[in-house]
Amino acid sequence: MNGLLEIFSYHFMVNAFRAGTIVALAAAMIGWFAVLRRESFAAHTLAVASVPGAAGATLLGTSATGGGMLFCAIAALAIAAFPRGQSARGFSEEPAVIGVVQALALASGFLFVSLYHGLLTGTNALLFGNVLGIADTQVLVLVVVAIGALAALGAIARPLLFASIDPLVAAAHGVRVRLLSTFFLLLLGLAAAEASQIVGALLVFALLVLPAATAQRLTARPLTGLALSAALGLAATWLGLLLAYYTPYPASFYITTLAFAAFAATRWSRGVPPWRRHASTSQACEEVA
Amino acid sequence: MSALTFWPLAALAEMLGHPFMRHALLAGGAAALGSGAIGFIAFLRGQIFTADALGHAAFTGALAALVLGIDLRLGLYAGTLAVALGLGALDPRGHADDVVIGSVFAWILGLGVLFLALYAGTNNAGNGAAGPAILFGSIFGLSAGQTWLAVAGALAAILVLLAIARPLLFASLDATIAAAQGVPVRALGLIFLALIGAIVAVETQVIGALLALGLLAAPPFAAQRLVARPFAALLLSAVLALAAVWGGLTIAYAVPRLPPSFAIIALAAAIDLAVLLPAALRRWRRDRGTPAIRRVL
Repeated sequence: MNGLLEIFSYHFMVNAFRAGTIVALAAAMIGWFAVLRRESFAAHTLAVASVPGAAGATLLGTSATGGGMLFCAIAALAIAAFPRGQSARGFSEEPAVIGVVQALALASGFLFVSLYHGLLTGTNALLFGNVLGIADTQVLVLVVVAIGALAALGAIARPLLFASIDPLVAAAHGVRVRLLSTFFLLLLGLAAAEASQIVGALLVFALLVLPAATAQRLTARPLTGLALSAALGLAATWLGLLLAYYTPYPASFYITTLAFAAFAATRWSRGVPPWRRHASTSQACEEVA
Repeated sequence: MSALTFWPLAALAEMLGHPFMRHALLAGGAAALGSGAIGFIAFLRGQIFTADALGHAAFTGALAALVLGIDLRLGLYAGTLAVALGLGALDPRGHADDVVIGSVFAWILGLGVLFLALYAGTNNAGNGAAGPAILFGSIFGLSAGQTWLAVAGALAAILVLLAIARPLLFASLDATIAAAQGVPVRALGLIFLALIGAIVAVETQVIGALLALGLLAAPPFAAQRLVARPFAALLLSAVLALAAVWGGLTIAYAVPRLPPSFAIIALAAAIDLAVLLPAALRRWRRDRGTPAIRRVL
């Protein structure tokens, strides 16, 4: 017990817990929609798009956070410019576009880092984060952006849910499906950019996808799922930070492993059978409509 | 006048005079042909995300090999092939769900961080450049042995692809009818996943694990926009990838401050943009009357 309290006598651990909590909550909730919309590839791409933004801003001597957000927003718009679904030839172009955006973003990040003549390990910090080196002001910025992003998500949640579950019916009901998906990608990008400054592009992706995927295996109800996703994200983050404090291995490894273990456990547990999931998904759709 | 005419040839001869440049062009060219062709079928099958996950598995595999003190390339090939077959095993139809891929993928990245930390703690970590070299490639630093390994790996992948190309294309375009005709759809899917794994491992040595995706995604996108017939598009995709790699290497040779990996990916993306341009111009001419905000909404 004494040892547990001892952690919080270190200011960097307190800040790691604060930042981790905010990032886990925002990522788990926004990620729930990303997983529902089958956009985990886009989520990963937007998370890494902050790498060239931060590196380029450092090169120009401006704010790394601002640069990351700018690049994520550009990447989100580039992905949104290619509507989902089938092209004229019968297959979706979207994955290829996302792939090109991702590779170009990472290549630019590499270019900026090498132009900066920074230490080569600088790329590692950008990709894998440094959760134990967070300043008070960064925590404040994280809180403000997370609240803003969650408020925006709350404002569009109902039509977004409808449009995600059945875009055709939603469009027929007058929901602006295309506008919503562009807005959601922007939101996803801004949240990922903000969080990846602190915890690294990699950890944001894990927190976006893993808790949400686990929650959707367990329940199809939107509100329960969002709450479960947030709880799973928080549990993985807190436990991961604790484990990283007591052992010499990185927090990102523990957090992703714990979150993945929860996901794997739902695969081998019975969970929601597919037919029940479908039934409740259409129920949820009717409720929204 | 004659100096001007011969200048490009002389510059080319000078460039080819460097062994590191010959190695880069050979290994890069082989990797490009393989990834352009394999990437096209991956695109048709909707498996670009799988290729991305395998790129990150390459990083984790190579770092694991460094931690264990075994040959880096062994870890590279073992890592990508194991994850490719693992993803195949997760789904009986040979098409894993994107949530499953994303989840496995996120965890592989986490393992990569662990190995990076473990490796940084070992005595043989040197100057700490191994991580970036795996992530972003070191094409101008290839030895003759590494070059031949990359060429052999890419050639083997291309030969296997050519051997299964017809049934694979059939199975990719319409799996149900192909299965009804007796095409072993499941086995072809697994072989193809292993092919993606192999070409990603080759590419990791050339342009790096994180950028491997670019060569698998960018050339097919341009090729399918330009040509409708599958085999012609597959060939065009390979040629475009080759153009991006050789062009990128030449640019990086001429401008030493540019990292070759960046030049290659930037050129591949520029080809995509150039292909999109005519259609975008047409749309712009047609919609010139409507306000921009209406077009987005």
